[in-house]
Amino acid sequence: MKTMFTAFAATIVLSFAAYYIMSGMGFSSAEMQSAPSVRLY
Amino acid sequence: MKIQVIGSFLVAVLTLAIAPSYAEQSDGQRASTGGAQTLQDVLARQKGIEVDESFRRENLGDPDKAQSINNMLGTQGGISNADVYRGIRYSEVDIKVSNNGPAADVLVQDGGISWLITRATSIRGYAGYGIGGILVALIAFYFTRGRMTIEGGPSGQTIERFKSFERFGHWCLAGSFIMLSATGLLLLFGRAILIPVFGHEANAAIATFSIWVHNNIAWVFMGSLVAIFLMWVAHNIPNKLDWDWLKQGGGIIGNAHPSAQKFNAGQKIIFWMTIIMGASVSVSGLSLLFPFQMPMFAETFALINAVTGSALPAELLPHEEMQLSHLWHAIVAITMIIAIVAHIYIGSVGMEGAFDAMGSGQVDLEWARQHHDLWVEEEEAKAGQAGR
Repeated sequence: MKTMFTAFAATIVLSFAAYYIMSGMGFSSAEMQSAPSVRLY
Repeated sequence: MKIQVIGSFLVAVLTLAIAPSYAEQSDGQRASTGGAQTLQDVLARQKGIEVDESFRRENLGDPDKAQSINNMLGTQGGISNADVYRGIRYSEVDIKVSNNGPAADVLVQDGGISWLITRATSIRGYAGYGIGGILVALIAFYFTRGRMTIEGGPSGQTIERFKSFERFGHWCLAGSFIMLSATGLLLLFGRAILIPVFGHEANAAIATFSIWVHNNIAWVFMGSLVAIFLMWVAHNIPNKLDWDWLKQGGGIIGNAHPSAQKFNAGQKIIFWMTIIMGASVSVSGLSLLFPFQMPMFAETFALINAVTGSALPAELLPHEEMQLSHLWHAIVAITMIIAIVAHIYIGSVGMEGAFDAMGSGQVDLEWARQHHDLWVEEEEAKAGQAGR
């Protein structure tokens, strides 16, 4: 059972990691769909 | 019964007879309307008969026929407002916009209505009846067949069924799949069930949470799917034993214990279904995660047309690609949920001792001999060789 709960915890950690990595790489919808002249932030 | 058959036949014949006659009437009438829409077009559309839209799609005006600017009608040119709107609707005009996205220059796309209706009726219906149906069937099966027990009782000795890295991969896949299923169903049924019960604000919060979880946990699902494939593909190649196992119903009905290696035919079916449908749901999911970046249906349809001679639409607008990706994603995911619910049943309450395989990794030796006798022989032979 320890392995099962470790896997669930890893799943949560990896999800947050995916969120920050994808945002950091500029894959947000706003950045993909706007022209370079648009100031997003 | 005969009346029903005759009735169905008559309906089919009438439909086939009426459809061409509407088309003929439309063509005849259209000349009298100067090429515009006719009453027959409207009636045919209301009856669900496909109408050839080319008379509108191609009626975009002619700039060369424009009146001279000095003439009375000169400023109206050769293209009327209606011509321009038709051009926009059918994406037949060159539209300049300041947005950057590949779909930005498609201003009107009326296929969205079909997508919305299909999602709200067929997809929700399939999910509701499919998942509800399998739950009812499993409860009925449990109360008629009962729990599959270890014949003669547990031996008290155990054997390692799955190593910790195998269980870790399995639970990453299972945990992410359960979360993806739950959040996907919340998104699918939110408007129909959550809003009437909890209100708009609650549904908005649930939907925001669900889409965040769905979009980010998807990466764990895709990664563990690859890991599971690499770990177990060698043990899941079909062979003759599987056919014998299937012929005996896997021992689920009756008390037979057909021979099996590490994975029996039922487990192999679940494995390949998970890999193939998991890959398909992942690709369509990626297409949704990166809107308009991964169109694939037009190319797929063109390939199918080339092979089968069918006439699927090989040119699709970016929005249509997204709509088809979404529908496909939902259909495949719901099918997987239905199958995995049955897998969870047999791996937990349905069979004594089965959960230990993925729980602690240690299964009772007698359970292993009854369900995976050839695998036990292989393991014992390996242990014997190692002990020499």
